[in-house]
Amino acid sequence: MRNRDISFWLFLAPVILSLSLVIMIPFLYGFVYSFTNWNGINATEFLGFKNYINLFKDAEFRASIWFTTKFAIVSVILLNFLGLGLALLVTQRMRTSNFMRTIFFMPNLIGGLILGFIWQFIFISVFGSIGELLGIEALTGWLSTTATGFWGLVILTSWQMAGYIMVIYIAYLENIPKDLLEAAEIDGASSFQKFKNIIFPLVAPAFTVSMFLTLSNSFQIYDQNLSLTNGGPYNSTQMVAMSIVKTAFTENKMAYAQSQAVIFFIIVAAVAVTNVYYNKKREVDM
Amino acid sequence: MKKRKRKSFLIEIFGLLLALLWLSPFYLMIVNAFKSKRDIFTDVLGFPSEFVTENFVKAYIDLDFTKSLFNSLFITILSVGIIILFSAMAGYALARNKSRLSGMLLLVFVAAMLIPFQSVMIPLVSLFGKADMLNKTGLIFMYLGFGCSLSIFLYHGAMTGISKSLDEAAIIDGANKFQVFWHVVFPLLKPISVTVGILNVIWIWNDYLLPSLILPDSSATIPLKMFLFFGQYTKQWHLALAGLTIAIIPVIVGYFFAQKQIIEGVSEGAVK
Repeated sequence: MRNRDISFWLFLAPVILSLSLVIMIPFLYGFVYSFTNWNGINATEFLGFKNYINLFKDAEFRASIWFTTKFAIVSVILLNFLGLGLALLVTQRMRTSNFMRTIFFMPNLIGGLILGFIWQFIFISVFGSIGELLGIEALTGWLSTTATGFWGLVILTSWQMAGYIMVIYIAYLENIPKDLLEAAEIDGASSFQKFKNIIFPLVAPAFTVSMFLTLSNSFQIYDQNLSLTNGGPYNSTQMVAMSIVKTAFTENKMAYAQSQAVIFFIIVAAVAVTNVYYNKKREVDM
Repeated sequence: MKKRKRKSFLIEIFGLLLALLWLSPFYLMIVNAFKSKRDIFTDVLGFPSEFVTENFVKAYIDLDFTKSLFNSLFITILSVGIIILFSAMAGYALARNKSRLSGMLLLVFVAAMLIPFQSVMIPLVSLFGKADMLNKTGLIFMYLGFGCSLSIFLYHGAMTGISKSLDEAAIIDGANKFQVFWHVVFPLLKPISVTVGILNVIWIWNDYLLPSLILPDSSATIPLKMFLFFGQYTKQWHLALAGLTIAIIPVIVGYFFAQKQIIEGVSEGAVK
């Protein structure tokens, strides 16, 4: 099929059309409009970098970037730790290991919005009444402070995504040659030695994949944020994705929200590209 | 040997306890959905003193569940159907044409994955609003745009495993390009179609933000309806939890029937 053939273009037409109309054109359009006073319908004035300058002065927006970054760092560490742990657990020879995989993976299938509501109940009612029952003050009033809101989001997303990361690690764990592990066993290696010298180096590429996924996911979280804390108290648990939506559709400041969206794109793209670059380099070294 | 057996037994017990812990949010949701408002307040962990089924009846009616389930099914099935068909066609065309142009096109599709939704959201809503496309049709078309990149990438990778001589044989037999694709190539792509289908179903079924911006209330999907419903009952956990339970049932039923394919599909999509 050569690209002079009409059939080549016919086969590509539907996806090219939708990708252009849904992503490419809105992306460029949004970029241009972030330099104006666009209100969603028309723009009357070219403002240059004014939106961006205001953005850097905006303490709330800076706070949302910082909150998102902290969240991303903590999630990446915790999720990889949990994911690898679960993967090691369910790849042991056990009758119930398939059952466990099914359970650990389950939260991934349910939308972030619904999971957020379930955990809202747990943090507020269940934690509250256990706290009262046992007299542990720390358990009451969850989600009502910035710190508990932060850890609430971390717990929720770790519970949700650990099964997903587990699946990635399992794929790599199952590719480790069995005779390698048996040979180490015959040589008298302990479980820890086997893990450190054989398993860990061989699942390192899984870390590449899951770090990419967890990082880009945690930078883009919206549903969980909305349903668990709704950004509260006082917008202190508001992530960047949520800040953009609120600025645009609640406060109706379209051009300003779009400049946030441009910054957001730069951050997400930079994280992704650095990640790929760094990991490519590391893989060559190995 | 005996020591080892005991060790693996302990690991298994630990794993099962962890699995129970993992399930506990669902347990708490279901058990409290059957309680009265007072019961939840006095005893949140135990079984209900009397099973209140009216919670579910009220939640079902308020969620307009039959209708929102139908809307969700309609949008998900149609969107995933066209994503599979059109991405497979594109992946086939790009894989069978080894030119610089097709390499660049593939790169554009992959690069589009780097653009987060929020970066295009506002102009997207504005443009489609001007074209009077803020409805189900518009939404399905958007899902094709957002879903095609990863899908094309997966199909493109899978095409390398399908010999070109099959295409050539069919052409000699007088088939045109579309017939070759539809009768020869597409059936061979079935395993990757399952993966592409599963990945897109999970995402589209659960998507909240995009439909909330696009769909009118009359065609609300389950997550949209859930959001409105929950806002109404924030202080009445017995009803809110019954609604959440109802909303999850279709997913659990689906998972029960296709868990093996789902986990395999996700791992394939993630590892590639």
